[in-house]
Amino acid sequence: MSEVGTTYVPIDKIRIRRRPTASVAVIGNPNSGKSTLFNRLTGLRQTTGNYPGVTVEKHSGTVQLSESALELVDLPGIYCLGGFSSDERIAIDVLLGRVEGTPGPDGLLIVLDATHLYQGLYLMQQLMEIQLPMVVAMTMSDVATASGIDISIEVLQRHVGGIPIYPVVATTGRGLDALKEALEGIADTPAPAIPESWPELSSTADQLVGSTEGVLSRIDIIHALIHPDGQRAEMLAKHLGHQAVDKVRRELFADEPPQACEARHRYSWVNNVLEEAQRKAPAIDRVGASSLRWLNRPWPATILFFAVMALVFQAVFSWATPMMDAIDTGASLLSNQVSDMLPAGAVSSFITDGVIAGVGSVLIFLPQILILFLFIILLEDSGFLARAAFLMDRIMRTVGLSGQSVIPMLSSFACAVPAIMATRVIPNRRDRIATILAAPFMTCSARLPVYALLIAAFVPDRSVGWLNLQGLVLLGLYLLGIVGGLTTAWILKRSALRGPKPQFALALPEFRLPNLQTVLIKLMERARIFLKRAGTVIFLVAILVWGLAYFPRSAEIQTDLKTAVMQAESTMSGDQLLAEVNELENTAAAEQLAQSYLGRSGRFIEPVFAPLGWDWRVSAAVIAGFPAREVVVAVMGTIYAVGDEADEASLTEKLRSASWPDGRPIFTVPMVLGLLLFYAWCLQCAATIATIRRETNSWRWPVFAWAYMTTIGYVGALLIYQLGSLV
Amino acid sequence: MTLKELHPGQSARIDEIDARQPGVVRLMVLGLIEGAEVQFENSAIGGDPMEVTVHGAAISIRKQQADCFRISPIGSNV
Repeated sequence: MSEVGTTYVPIDKIRIRRRPTASVAVIGNPNSGKSTLFNRLTGLRQTTGNYPGVTVEKHSGTVQLSESALELVDLPGIYCLGGFSSDERIAIDVLLGRVEGTPGPDGLLIVLDATHLYQGLYLMQQLMEIQLPMVVAMTMSDVATASGIDISIEVLQRHVGGIPIYPVVATTGRGLDALKEALEGIADTPAPAIPESWPELSSTADQLVGSTEGVLSRIDIIHALIHPDGQRAEMLAKHLGHQAVDKVRRELFADEPPQACEARHRYSWVNNVLEEAQRKAPAIDRVGASSLRWLNRPWPATILFFAVMALVFQAVFSWATPMMDAIDTGASLLSNQVSDMLPAGAVSSFITDGVIAGVGSVLIFLPQILILFLFIILLEDSGFLARAAFLMDRIMRTVGLSGQSVIPMLSSFACAVPAIMATRVIPNRRDRIATILAAPFMTCSARLPVYALLIAAFVPDRSVGWLNLQGLVLLGLYLLGIVGGLTTAWILKRSALRGPKPQFALALPEFRLPNLQTVLIKLMERARIFLKRAGTVIFLVAILVWGLAYFPRSAEIQTDLKTAVMQAESTMSGDQLLAEVNELENTAAAEQLAQSYLGRSGRFIEPVFAPLGWDWRVSAAVIAGFPAREVVVAVMGTIYAVGDEADEASLTEKLRSASWPDGRPIFTVPMVLGLLLFYAWCLQCAATIATIRRETNSWRWPVFAWAYMTTIGYVGALLIYQLGSLV
Repeated sequence: MTLKELHPGQSARIDEIDARQPGVVRLMVLGLIEGAEVQFENSAIGGDPMEVTVHGAAISIRKQQADCFRISPIGSNV
């Protein structure tokens, strides 16, 4: 060490950040504790990206070892390298180095759950065929011991070709040092011997390697044979001819599905291994397990599910309110500060009504989204979500979907954007798209302010039996969304997305306490993705709507305003003056909006919406709401000259007295009900459209969803208004 | 007798699987293969889907697929 420095740091406190020298893929079954181990090894040195062309997130991080560092790539939890879901397809492609921009790994870290060796060894066997250096981390060995499972690591190691196996407890960090030591030299370890579970397949693959001139490797050929509809199968057919490949397949699989034959061979190997390596004592019931068992019975489990969901919604809406109010207040305080500092004009308006309001309208969603995400992650990691899918499968089947569509639909009650991203677990593309198109119908948090305003203004506050009429209408709107979404899925599954019934084979994990670090890392990541995906769109939309409502600016109105204010100042004083000036300013703002691009388009489009009973002001507000429905209340506030931050009471009053030129009221009961239905069904959210585009990888579905939802919203509102006005 | 006809709490050994029916291969990959011992744990309301365990791992299976697994029950009825 140099002697120049004045402070000395003890040598063991110096942390050297090494650059990773090799890349290791972390792979294992779902719920095997893989994420917890990955987080434990990499800490917060993680990055998240995307694999090109697919919507599977790419997690990677660096693990610092004593001599070097490794890049760890966390692959999705899977049961086999089968290609049932996009997760499985991406896993095999990454492992074989077939993903653009992601070189193949130098080694594998396999996470094997000691309590589920049966399914774990199945995947491990497939991974051994890839012929990469491997290290196994055996998680949950403490749980296994506690439940009477005795595993001989030596025997197991012998059966898996000598791959080093390290028991770890990821939550406490036990065993991690030994594991890290083993990872240090992983790139130079020889690949394990291939297990002799299916000699015929092995020898066939070995023979075929020669005949494809080295274009396809042994593992490529095995995959090509077992998965006849994959890319590798095509390449194999190109080299050997379709007939030859078919003949090989017939010899190997007879007329059974190849993966069924594979399962038989591989599980018989797994059974042999387990017979020697694992001894099971008579099952010792863990404390409390049997007393909780009744909760899994059909009715208690279903009731518990609804109770938990009620609690989640309660939390999402009631816990978030104070935070949302604080954000709202903060944004308007900041706006006032800025407008006091800057001279009135386009710049000031841009910063306050454009930028600050835009950022505010993104942040306002964060509390609800974070609370919802927190619950979903907790439910997911505790094993509850898989149970929910199991319990709800029957109901979802009636509309042609499966239990796996339940979770995205539930998330959609807060926001459709994360809901659409959550459809990735649905293996079948048709079912996934049907779910994606149903999700935006659910009443999201952005619809609530509009519902609240119109209901408070036009639905009488009286009781019907022991229920409140306003509450009933709100409940009705929620149901309207659910019915709209499910009917849409039902129609689509019988028309454009017709196909075989969705399959539902799901592993049901045991209830487990979620790991805090894993939950927090996941929460941060989902919040970041939401801000990046939805936040940018919502912000840009807010700026755009501001521009449309601000320009062109009439100088005349501003001059008239100045004159009127001066006049008022000379005749009035005190509170009276303040009220008068406020009134004058609001009227001027309304006049400005009336002749802005937004106001003009409202007038232009008025004939289209006139059959629904809307005047140009409602039309303009609806147009402003198309890219983001939550701006509607603010636009209505400005357009009815009560200011964009008016309290609801004064806006309500204005809406009630708004009338057509001939004096008829605009907001009649049929018109309001139609408007509410329009809001319930219409896809007024650019962030959702962008997300559908991303997740379906085409413009076809977002365009369809927009046109379809707008049409039924319009037709529904038209019918209600026209029929209602007859009565 | 098929897996569909099992009663809650009952165990059975899988004898034969009709792997050609849709959705069955996925269940085989999860470990429901010939010779495996399964136990019917619970079901959703209405008895469908069923929850069965194999080697301690719980799997959700619809009755339609359960009908493709021919079984012989083990031990006494619970």
